[in-house]
Amino acid sequence: MLSYILKRLLIAIPVMLILIVGTFILMYTAPGSPFASERGVPPAVLANLERQYGLDQPFIVQIGSYIWNLVTQFDFGPSFIYRDQDVNDLIAQGFPVTLTYGFWSFVVAVLVGGTLGIVAAVRHNTWLDYLAVGISVGAQVLPNFVLAPILVLVFTLWLGWLPGGGWQGGQLEYIILPVIALSTSFMASIARIARASMLEVLTSNYIRTARAKGLPMRRVVMRHALKPALLPVISYLGPAFVGMITGSVVIDVYFSTGGIGQFFVASALNRDYGVMMGITVLLGALTIFFNLVVDLLYAWIDPKIRY
Amino acid sequence: MLATKTAADNLAQAAPVKGRSLWADARARFFRNRAAVSGLVVLIAVGLFAAIGPFIAPWNYEDIDWAVLGNVRDAGRPSLETGHWFGTDALGRDLFARTVQGTQISLMVGIVGALIAVGVGTLYGAVAGFFGGRLDNLMMRIVDVLMSIPYMFVLILLLVVFGRSMLMLFIGIGLVSWLDMARIARGQTLTLRGKEFVEAAQATGVRPFTIIMRHIVPNLLGVVIVYSTLLVPSMIIYESFISFLGLGVQEPLTSWGALINDGAAEMNNGLLWILGFPLFFFVITLFAFFFVGDGLRDALDPKDR
Amino acid sequence: MTTPLLKIDDLSVKFSTPDGTVSAVNGLSFDLDAGETLAIVGESGSGKTQLAFATLGLLARNGRAEGSVRFEGREILNLPEEKLNAIRAEKISMIFQDPMTSLNPFMRVGDQMAEVLQLHKGLSKRRALDESAKMLDAVRIPDAKSRLRMYPHEFSGGMRQRIMIAMSLLCKPKLLIADEPTTALDVTVQAQIMALMADIQRDFGAAIILITHDLGIVAGACERTLVMYGGRVMETGSTDEVFENPTHPYTLGLLKAVPRLDVPQRDLQIIPGDPPDLTALPPGCPFTARCPLAHEPCPKIMPKLETVTGTHLRACHADMEDVT
Repeated sequence: MLSYILKRLLIAIPVMLILIVGTFILMYTAPGSPFASERGVPPAVLANLERQYGLDQPFIVQIGSYIWNLVTQFDFGPSFIYRDQDVNDLIAQGFPVTLTYGFWSFVVAVLVGGTLGIVAAVRHNTWLDYLAVGISVGAQVLPNFVLAPILVLVFTLWLGWLPGGGWQGGQLEYIILPVIALSTSFMASIARIARASMLEVLTSNYIRTARAKGLPMRRVVMRHALKPALLPVISYLGPAFVGMITGSVVIDVYFSTGGIGQFFVASALNRDYGVMMGITVLLGALTIFFNLVVDLLYAWIDPKIRY
Repeated sequence: MLATKTAADNLAQAAPVKGRSLWADARARFFRNRAAVSGLVVLIAVGLFAAIGPFIAPWNYEDIDWAVLGNVRDAGRPSLETGHWFGTDALGRDLFARTVQGTQISLMVGIVGALIAVGVGTLYGAVAGFFGGRLDNLMMRIVDVLMSIPYMFVLILLLVVFGRSMLMLFIGIGLVSWLDMARIARGQTLTLRGKEFVEAAQATGVRPFTIIMRHIVPNLLGVVIVYSTLLVPSMIIYESFISFLGLGVQEPLTSWGALINDGAAEMNNGLLWILGFPLFFFVITLFAFFFVGDGLRDALDPKDR
Repeated sequence: MTTPLLKIDDLSVKFSTPDGTVSAVNGLSFDLDAGETLAIVGESGSGKTQLAFATLGLLARNGRAEGSVRFEGREILNLPEEKLNAIRAEKISMIFQDPMTSLNPFMRVGDQMAEVLQLHKGLSKRRALDESAKMLDAVRIPDAKSRLRMYPHEFSGGMRQRIMIAMSLLCKPKLLIADEPTTALDVTVQAQIMALMADIQRDFGAAIILITHDLGIVAGACERTLVMYGGRVMETGSTDEVFENPTHPYTLGLLKAVPRLDVPQRDLQIIPGDPPDLTALPPGCPFTARCPLAHEPCPKIMPKLETVTGTHLRACHADMEDVT
């Protein structure tokens, strides 16, 4: 078990390096100075600025010190636009917000989606099944950037029940709409995957054996079918996680929640490479870590995988 | 003697086994699927809308109707008299013309992006699956690695660094989406590799690349068609996502995502049509693509045959 | 006259599929007494397996069964799931064709066995595991106690079939239905499993229905034989009667297709043609299209099951003398 984790971590390191080096090269080759957008900056000042940020150093020194600072001090480097803040400040500000509604979205998507899919499969061809299929088909065409305005239109403008944006330190009413907007499409995908896999498991030979043993249906589903039916769902958690991180950008921008997505888009519009790179690297590391957790979960459930 | 004869007659009378080609069979199955056929009809209609729209629209997509500007709430409503059938946007530009334009761009990005992704993915997967062994291992490990990167951020980084152009958008979206196709194509190739016709070709000394192009890829066609139909809507969603954030196509050009973003911003002012029309086209097109894709999958899936 | 253990009367099983209705079993009837062994023989697609599934209510969702299945005099066909659950494994248990996929790969073997006893006999987990270990001993799995903690993929195919057999015997059922128990196994393992079945029959006194397409394993194992084709009974009788004196062209064909070492034989004879299309069975005898003796009434009228001698019955229009 421990050696399996270590092995997976060893694989994660080069992936992380590829990501860092790749994005760094992208930034390095970007035409123009990051400060060039400020018109009328005298060349002497520009050179001074570049020296201050170490941009006059050779490539290898720049990337070396970036990685060194990252690994030793978790320092994601400076922002080229906000002079008084570095990337760590922005992350410290935005990350807790993203984490809060992201966590709840994930929980809602997995719990609601998983339950819906499994119940639909067990009650195949009943109204519950049709409802689940209807929801998952409908949600396919409602990605977060479409759902978010619709939700605000209905719940804020028409009904006036919930605020259409803001964060206010994460009060419940400010979290609800972002969570629904972010989780719905993943909830639907999970429901679809869980339903399809449960339907397949229920026709398998070992389920027939379980039924031939006289076990009540509830027990057949809970004890015999649930684990194998959830394996495809677990495989999907990795992509779902990436999708949610990506979707959080829309949530932050649309609901002005102040998560890191908002900083990312602002930095993209300002060509603030330092912030873009820092956030990309942070989220990449998070994704890789999460995939590791998913793999461990999978191995724990499937007895055929030995570490 | 007599008995044998009647038996033979009976055999002869038995219904002849119907021999249909794979594709004819698939076509029949597809057209039996009502959802898929209506999806196809919707797609054709949306395609016609994008193709003919510019010629029938009384207004241009970038011209501002000065008579409307400043009073969009009343004068910019959808109306037949002013010629603004879908109304105007907040800047007084004709929404019908802009929706036509956005539809063109979204469909184009979707289809071209899907073609790039499918082309790259199929070849990559076919090569990995065909040669197998170490090469396969390495190539698939690369796919795994790339899959665990939040590609959308990298794509946005690409767009920012190299400037926002349509070409960059095509390439970027296509290149981040070939990974799934590569996996599917590899899996199919692995099973094809064991088939007699491939072994026969190998035994007679046909070069590997020729085998891949002539024997493997054509046999992947069914899967490729199904997957590309399902990939187009995801490409459209990606593009709309980026445009929604204001990082995609640039004004005065537009796309569904950008139009939805504009509409969402004007929602508070009660100008709901600005959101409604683009949203409608976005939703029905995605629905149609998914239904057609599902129909094709049911029609071509060898599991059901 | 005592009531038979199992009495099947005019049983039909149909499946609705996109390509039409598949009639797997058509008006099948037979009796089975307590402790008796019956072989049901036929090619694949003759409806043997569906017959067994219908008895225990295990048909796929699109399947329906009609007719009557009486167990100990009580109608059990199409009983609601809860009532059937009291019979399954407790009174009638079943061994499936493919041991590789019939055990749950995600559960320890011991848990899969113990839950049968916990459910039907109300035993504690610990006692249920003890009993399970004893049963594994009985099917000659060495070191049973420690094997309980293993997962199915850690066993060979023959071992898994032994586990299935042990599991089916836990509640000492009155009837054991074995559906092609040896088909997926090596020949040497087949012999071991058949020997095991014979021992079980002796030790537990259960009635056994052995479903198979392999006549080779029937001769030594079962008292009675029933030959099925196209979901109907073609011929039935004591195994000796059917094997020594086949009176149906299909039985004859099956017997000729068995390779034998004691009779010099140039070629193995096969029955020409394919199994019938179950979506479009003729109103008459389903074997007509492949039958060397087919004549006028065959495709139109299904022959009745008629007594040949004593318990020996057959359903055929052809003259008995012609069947050689």
